Amino acid sequence: MDHQPFFAALQRIYPKERLLTKGVQLLAYESDALTSFQTKPSAVVIPESQDEVIETVRLCHQFGVPYVARGSGTSLSGGSLPIENGIVIALNRLNRIKKLDPEQRIAVVEPGVVNLQISQAADRYNLYYAPDPSSQSVCTIGGNVAFNSGGAHCLKYGMTSNHILGLKVVLADGEVVEFGSESLEGVGVGPDLIGLFVGSEGLFGVALEITVRLLPKPELYRTVLAAYNDLETAGNAVAMVVASGLLPGAMEIMDRLSIKAAESAVDAGYPENAAALLIVELEGESEQVETEFEEIMDVIKESGSYEIRVAKDAEQRLRIWKGRKGAFSSVGRLSPDYVVQDGVVPRSHLGKALAEIDRLSQEYGLDVANVFHAGDGNLHPLILFNGREEGALEHAEELAGKILKMCVELGGSITGEHGVGMEKRNYMPAMFSEVDLETMKTIRRQVDPKEISNPGKMFPGGEAPALKMTGMHPLEAKGIISRE
Amino acid sequence: MSLQPTTLEELQSIVKDNQGLLPIGGGTKPALSTAFNGATRLDMSRLSGIIEYEPGEYTFTAYAGTPVRTIVAALAEHGQYLPFDPPLIEQGATLGGVIAANTAGSGRYRYGGVRDFIIGVRFVDGQGQLVRGGGKVVKNAAGFDLPKFMVGSAGRFGAFVDVSFKVFPEPRAYVTLKAVFASLGPALEAIYSLFTAPNEMDVLDLESLDDGRFGLLMRLGGLSTALPGRVERLQAFLNTKTEVLSNEVIQAEADAALWQQVNGFSWVPDGSHFAKVPISPKRIPLLENVLLSLNPSRRYTAGGNVAWLAVSDIEQLDMLLNKLNLPGLVLFGPPGRPFIGPRPGVSLARRVKQALDPSGKFLEI
Repeated sequence: MDHQPFFAALQRIYPKERLLTKGVQLLAYESDALTSFQTKPSAVVIPESQDEVIETVRLCHQFGVPYVARGSGTSLSGGSLPIENGIVIALNRLNRIKKLDPEQRIAVVEPGVVNLQISQAADRYNLYYAPDPSSQSVCTIGGNVAFNSGGAHCLKYGMTSNHILGLKVVLADGEVVEFGSESLEGVGVGPDLIGLFVGSEGLFGVALEITVRLLPKPELYRTVLAAYNDLETAGNAVAMVVASGLLPGAMEIMDRLSIKAAESAVDAGYPENAAALLIVELEGESEQVETEFEEIMDVIKESGSYEIRVAKDAEQRLRIWKGRKGAFSSVGRLSPDYVVQDGVVPRSHLGKALAEIDRLSQEYGLDVANVFHAGDGNLHPLILFNGREEGALEHAEELAGKILKMCVELGGSITGEHGVGMEKRNYMPAMFSEVDLETMKTIRRQVDPKEISNPGKMFPGGEAPALKMTGMHPLEAKGIISRE
Repeated sequence: MSLQPTTLEELQSIVKDNQGLLPIGGGTKPALSTAFNGATRLDMSRLSGIIEYEPGEYTFTAYAGTPVRTIVAALAEHGQYLPFDPPLIEQGATLGGVIAANTAGSGRYRYGGVRDFIIGVRFVDGQGQLVRGGGKVVKNAAGFDLPKFMVGSAGRFGAFVDVSFKVFPEPRAYVTLKAVFASLGPALEAIYSLFTAPNEMDVLDLESLDDGRFGLLMRLGGLSTALPGRVERLQAFLNTKTEVLSNEVIQAEADAALWQQVNGFSWVPDGSHFAKVPISPKRIPLLENVLLSLNPSRRYTAGGNVAWLAVSDIEQLDMLLNKLNLPGLVLFGPPGRPFIGPRPGVSLARRVKQALDPSGKFLEI
């Protein structure tokens, strides 16, 4: 395709420091946090206003040039992987918090605002933005919206989609649409367009302005750490807590390998020799939490744990979470490379799923570390391998694929929070029928007739760049982002 | 004309052979469920019953024609519930109808509405195809979130076959605190203060009383041993941080009866037109001003984020909502125009309509 007229038009919008076309400049955009996929885009544009984004999308539509909108590039499913002969629209400079209204508990933000910055801005009003993906200190809200990101604390208050009240978006053919409102009810009348757009992986267009709801900060946390001699007992403890009728804010499990990794990296002070750790956190109004805490302690004491610790203060709580949240980057100390999946199983099948992962691990001769959001059945098996060995990545990917299929067979999902992206698109037919997928594609084509908005993601088929893998993402190695 | 499929296959062939279909559940929201202008009633009530309910999973799957009261009863046996208080249960509302209309009662304040609990849907689209979106687990990011999209879709995109929901453990006890304020201003100020307070409430409703006074109803759910302390604390908060005139504690059967009435809309005067209007609390004074002339029975749920208005004439309300740029949904009233006021985002909805129902088997959006 002759890109000349297209680039000439881009040059009319962007000064040269915001229109990157040189090899070295483009390098940083070649991949996201799923580093095994890499593609060099034709150009990167760095808009500073919503109008520039809109004009860019309209040009892409006019000239049929594919694009991917990108925030910090922390997608774990390759969701923000560039498209060959396409451009990247880097949204980091659209980072204004346009409104923060504590009385109505809402904020209106641009897509390049970092997740954690919303909570920081809301902190003085005793409010926070609830969804907490582990990369929340760098990932942007635009990416969270595109992939309906989750986090450890989704059990009680839901994922990104449950916290978005209004959106202004530019659709792939250039139409600008606004829906939802500042009301907690969001769209409220007519089909829930927010529900449709959030998690659409960039296939409909680009979010320009996002109204989020804020929540009052929990008055009290009670964080309990329980150690077990085997993973299955820890899994059963989750079922016991769930059956007790209490609703914790988070419930996490780590297995022996991930505990070892976390300890070696951050000295979380976890009980030694544990085969599994369960973290249960209650949050909310103090009287209620204290009463729930008494009940939950009774449950955990009955659950076969050999050591139970309770965080005595905020510092101890943070230490527990630091180990948990750092577990992924610390795995890098145990293995040069790993792939991670985020399949979901019904909670009552957790034990069965873990046993099957263990069996597959032995069959493939690959270590698998497990750290997962146990409360909602969201697994995170980390499959360790050495990317310098011929065929090792493919071998690990094959094992990962078997785990995903197992999740579907147990009645679950191939992804709980990372999205399908590049990585899992070939597993979509395991979960959805041909008609289901064709229907989704038809919707996509109605919104994006030229299929230029983040093409190649979510749906099976299509060209994929060859896989490469040696070493972790630089930010991941530093523990700033992590694959969960 | 009325058609009543008893199997999926019948439903599919009905869709293939007919035009102008309006899927109907319990018919409890006549403005949405009355066929008009030659439209064909698609009575979904025979596709009914719970398909799967694992209490340990806190999820269920049921046919869309299942009455919500059947679900509520099954959940209650295991101490579980749908936290958003689906309205009109006693009157026979079905799951499908609750989704299609997007109706949630006062309980939607704490954990969200219909959209926040639906996790999966199977529906027959305008080409007679069975399409699935979402799944049966509580966390799922695979594919477009069609279950959420269908919330509020008013039967315009297809007919639901079955749906999956997540549910929560029900609080073991409730208490309601009713606080009275001299006028709207101090009542709203109290809402703003409560929004950033640590006190947790399942319900925060605003209602207009006689003489221009307004009441706030705060329902607290939780462990019974913690409730007295929490109520005292909330009273102390109201007394020190707001201009409350008086308050009253409502407990046990009186509490249950109160919320049954509120969520059953039994406070809506017979024969009136009745609409739901999403609003933000700060716009309530504006709405109250223009509503003066209509003097509707009304209630604001979810901390002043949803207005429920009972008026004598929906046309007038439509005009006012257009002026205020607030969309509304008519539940009781003349058939044919459930959507009043502006229609933000309707062009995107029409594109999806084109994809799911290109030949217009279901009514226009």
